[in-house]
Amino acid sequence: MSAPIIEVRDLVKQYPATTAVAGVSFRVPEGICFGLLGPNGAGKTTTVEIMEGILPPTSGEVRYRGEPLGARFREDAGILFQKTALQDFLTVRQSIALFRGLYSRGLAVEEVIRLCALEKLAGRDSRKLSGGQQQRLLLAIALVNDPAVLFLDEPTTGLDPQARRAFWELVQSIKARRKTIILTTHYMEEAELLCDEIVILDRGRIVAQGTPRRLLHEHFAEVLLELPRQEFPPAARALPLNILDASDRVEITTHDLEGTLRTLLEAQVPLSNLRIRPANLEDLFLELTGTELRP
Amino acid sequence: MMRRLLAVLHARNLEFLRDRSTLVFTLLLPFTLVIGMGFVFGGPERPLFKVGVLAEHIDPQAHPFLRERFVEFIALPEEAVALRKLTHQQIDLLLDLRAAPRYWVNTDSPKGYIVEKLLLAAAPAASRQPVGGAALRYIDWLFPGILGMNMMFSCLFGVGYVVLRYRKSGFLKRLHATPLTAFEFLSAQVLSRLGLILFVTAVLYGGIAAIIGFHSSGSILLLIPLAVIGALSMIALGLTIAARFSSEELVGGLLNLLTWPMMLLSGIWFSLEGSPRWVQWVAHIFPLTHVLDAARAVMLDGAGLAQIAPNLLFLAATALAFLAFGAWSFRWRID
Repeated sequence: MSAPIIEVRDLVKQYPATTAVAGVSFRVPEGICFGLLGPNGAGKTTTVEIMEGILPPTSGEVRYRGEPLGARFREDAGILFQKTALQDFLTVRQSIALFRGLYSRGLAVEEVIRLCALEKLAGRDSRKLSGGQQQRLLLAIALVNDPAVLFLDEPTTGLDPQARRAFWELVQSIKARRKTIILTTHYMEEAELLCDEIVILDRGRIVAQGTPRRLLHEHFAEVLLELPRQEFPPAARALPLNILDASDRVEITTHDLEGTLRTLLEAQVPLSNLRIRPANLEDLFLELTGTELRP
Repeated sequence: MMRRLLAVLHARNLEFLRDRSTLVFTLLLPFTLVIGMGFVFGGPERPLFKVGVLAEHIDPQAHPFLRERFVEFIALPEEAVALRKLTHQQIDLLLDLRAAPRYWVNTDSPKGYIVEKLLLAAAPAASRQPVGGAALRYIDWLFPGILGMNMMFSCLFGVGYVVLRYRKSGFLKRLHATPLTAFEFLSAQVLSRLGLILFVTAVLYGGIAAIIGFHSSGSILLLIPLAVIGALSMIALGLTIAARFSSEELVGGLLNLLTWPMMLLSGIWFSLEGSPRWVQWVAHIFPLTHVLDAARAVMLDGAGLAQIAPNLLFLAATALAFLAFGAWSFRWRID
């Protein structure tokens, strides 16, 4: 493993009524896309905002290139918050130029506009952009200092599928420039597509950590059977199977596909809508926490 | 540092200039005020002459002139007080009938000229004693108050609400993720607002002065540092209020809590001379009181730098103190 660009040590964030982050440690190697996954309220935004230097931790520390966060980190970091408003009455180009003026070095405004495919929108009032265009502008602002590390906090939440795909392509092009990306998301498809390494958070703690492939391999030697919940008889829940409830379906994991099918047939469970598939990250989270990943 | 400050300053200026409704309101309000005042105070005055009489009370039988129509006779027992009123043209002529009739007339007063003719028709032998002195009209006295009031509202609400809006929208949080410091951000806001206020105040001064025919007794150049330092003090005061809070209601309430005592006690509408000492002491806590005291001293009495230096020092000290406190207590995000 290469030297970490960011190291998080024993991070705790305590609020009067709740513990948002309860002792989290991990290292982010340089040049990878590192994913922080978890459902809403898992503590991923709090963790990432402490990593960004926006929130102070209750205890623990974050180090950037071996040093506490400071002026160097602020010059080197690009940040896309979950929600950001920009200054009113500025065009796309002027909004980017404003942020370019805050850094001692970085990319030319026109280069950032081109990178994020904003050429046709450069003269438009930034308030008059669609959701996907707005995210591209915010990404452009995050890239304006040519950051060594780029934080993307749930960047595609609320975007339509087409805009989401377009945004993923942009992130992949940034990844190709060997930038370190720290991505928080609750979209598993996004994490599987973009992340080289992930941490899964639940209730402020890490419940799994590693590459997506290794984690799936460790936790799922089995195949996964899905049945619509309304077609699954209550009596069948007593069967000697590993049954998990999802929102609209029942999931059964098994090493013995034939034996499981036989058991279900004998119990007269309707199988006409049965779906068999390999496990994915969403299944992994369900397995680890018993909670669905969707917001 | 300058690069970051200028980037924020430029963006803030662009935002203000493109916010048409606020821009129009900011420019229109003072002009509405000017036109309104011109309408109220600029029209022809009532054809009523005021003649002071050195006596305890007016006896119309004492002299035929005291029975003239359209002349108001005012009993003034003290000669010194009566002469001061004549010098400021608060009366048009002063009459002494206690022995051989004699009178004083202000040679700079048009109304004094006319009422003198009336007197001489009734008392041709009355002896004449001329005095000089330009009229001090209420509008002249009010003029610095109007400028100061407009400046106060623009300073306190203009900056306070902008910072609050930035904080609530999350824009401040985004800026916090850059190398920009609180001091740089606040300085840019102060400079942006200061430029606007100086421009509007200059326009307002020119507009009102032209409408009411005002000429400053002192140097107008001396009003520039006074406006700069006074505005800085009040902008910084607004920033201390907006530095950390996120509730419009709270910030609005606190700003009102500051503006209303200043409206009443800083001498915008009436002089505090003669009011209890503690009221005057409280009034001098407010920056606006020092702005108005100094402005009136220059504009009405022709004061120089030395006379208004204590006011300038007070305003500079409070500007620094408020700005330092604002930067220290500043919050980028909603807690």
